[in-house]
Amino acid sequence: MAEVKKIATRESYGNALAKLGKKYSNLVVLDADLAGATKTSVFRKAFPERHIDCGIAESNMMGIAAGLSTTGKVPFASTFAMFAAGRAFEQVRNSIGYPHLNVKIGATHAGISVGEDGATHQCNEDIALMRTIPGMVVINPSDDVEAKAAVEAAYLHEGPVYLRFGRLAVPVINDNPDYKFEIGKGIVLREGKDVTIFATGLCVSASLEAAGKLAASGIEAKVINIHTIKPLDEELVIKSALETGLVVTVEEHSVIGGLGSAVCDVLSEKAPVRVKKIGIEDVFGESGPAAELLAKYGLDGDGIAAKIEEFVAGQSR
Amino acid sequence: MNKLELQRTANEVRKGIIEAVHAARAGHPGGSLSAADLFTYLYFEEMNIDPENPKMEDRDRFVLSKGHTAPGLYAALAIRGYFPKEDLKTLRHTGSYLQGHPDMKHIPGVDMSSGSLGQGISAAVGMALAGKMDKKNYRVYTLLGDGEIEEGQVWEAAMFAGHRKLDNLVVIVDNNGLQIDGPVDEVCSPYPIGDKFAAFNFHVISVADGNNFDQLKAAFDEARQTKGKPTAIVMKTVKGKGVSYMENNVDWHGKAPNDAEYAIAMEELEKAGEALWQK
Repeated sequence: MAEVKKIATRESYGNALAKLGKKYSNLVVLDADLAGATKTSVFRKAFPERHIDCGIAESNMMGIAAGLSTTGKVPFASTFAMFAAGRAFEQVRNSIGYPHLNVKIGATHAGISVGEDGATHQCNEDIALMRTIPGMVVINPSDDVEAKAAVEAAYLHEGPVYLRFGRLAVPVINDNPDYKFEIGKGIVLREGKDVTIFATGLCVSASLEAAGKLAASGIEAKVINIHTIKPLDEELVIKSALETGLVVTVEEHSVIGGLGSAVCDVLSEKAPVRVKKIGIEDVFGESGPAAELLAKYGLDGDGIAAKIEEFVAGQSR
Repeated sequence: MNKLELQRTANEVRKGIIEAVHAARAGHPGGSLSAADLFTYLYFEEMNIDPENPKMEDRDRFVLSKGHTAPGLYAALAIRGYFPKEDLKTLRHTGSYLQGHPDMKHIPGVDMSSGSLGQGISAAVGMALAGKMDKKNYRVYTLLGDGEIEEGQVWEAAMFAGHRKLDNLVVIVDNNGLQIDGPVDEVCSPYPIGDKFAAFNFHVISVADGNNFDQLKAAFDEARQTKGKPTAIVMKTVKGKGVSYMENNVDWHGKAPNDAEYAIAMEELEKAGEALWQK
């Protein structure tokens, strides 16, 4: 079997920006001294006059992006998720969200797969923070194909968008001719009658792997890629929950406030079913190689499969 | 406008501030009054704007970074013709478009939503940067409080503006000397203000009396002539200027006059207006 192609979605972000820069002259990119890591350096090489390095000052970067957008430019403000959603939360809320400005936030290095840098840089709270801002679109792409499509969709969407990317190279899973990205529309990747797995970001490929393992144990899991956490594809969430009766959410994010909470928000009101939230429990991360951390925190295929098996078994007792 | 016309207009702006804050039963008269002459100078003399076309593409822009003094901005905008003066009395009322802090989505003439201190200057810097990138001639003005500059983001923005040599940007600091908890030099001194901006590669202009139109004119003319650097105008003002009992009194930072106090304030401003019309 051929080696699975792996690309980090931050690479996809940089490449997409460079490509779109040619197509859209009002697209500008801001960074905060992390261009090499966020990969906006790819855009900078192609369009140095439209790449603005703000230095290590994320709060100011968000304000500058807001000001630029009032003149018709479409800024992509780029830094690590920790600083975009964490440090600059209030600037994003008040200077971008409240006036509903056309600013895109490219947040890389999300989740524990940041790896060796450890807890200070592993943002497991950004989805929760960003989805509370009225009018904010929150997108967490699962692979290279989806990430590139998401960047263009974000450009074309009028209003603020939060894009979440990872540092770790992840398998390309959406490389097929039928793939179509639409903001707010989930994608069914595998059918199954016993349980629905709603996964997002790099947990999508791990969830597909888990579904394969579950099938061997006689559990047929439906797998849905929720790349847009806000607005959530409520129709698909409700329909699938009613079909399978059991729901699991999987994300590289705190179980508090992320995809799991968003799904529960909908289901508790409109289609109450049992939900198991898989993600980072209420703890900080730690240093270590990304793959080891994902395994340690139960977010690899084996970990996800084991938790789902236990969850499903618990229901029939 | 000549100086006398500016003075008469500023007096009308002050009346608008008192009307609005009194009707709202809340708001920030002190810092609105200290900057009333500045608002007047910008909107009636300095800026290239069109009240008939608030979003005119190449207009000059103003960001009220010290957004709590919205009553001063709104009064100037109303008198300049952006919206009806009577609407000032709806300030802060439920359902009114005149929000407690500037709201660009709903208020004609407001170029940026602001009010969370330290954030407006960054947006102004972004606008000035866009002007440079697009080779436009418009200028960008932003007003900060002397307490507001205690916010770290102000200096992130200043560093960037100096680094990028944004000579289309004018940062004005309303140095009325008072913040909510007391005199600025007792709470957490921002002094020396001018030296700080100079250190961030600004051309600094000190205005001894920011409630004097001759001095404001000289400062803004000098700013316009300044090339290769952003300008910071640090203007000494009197908080509460124009209403005797509010002047230099920190209690009037964020409090509305009651009916009796309102009557005294309006009487003083009417008298000041009459004196200006007799000139």
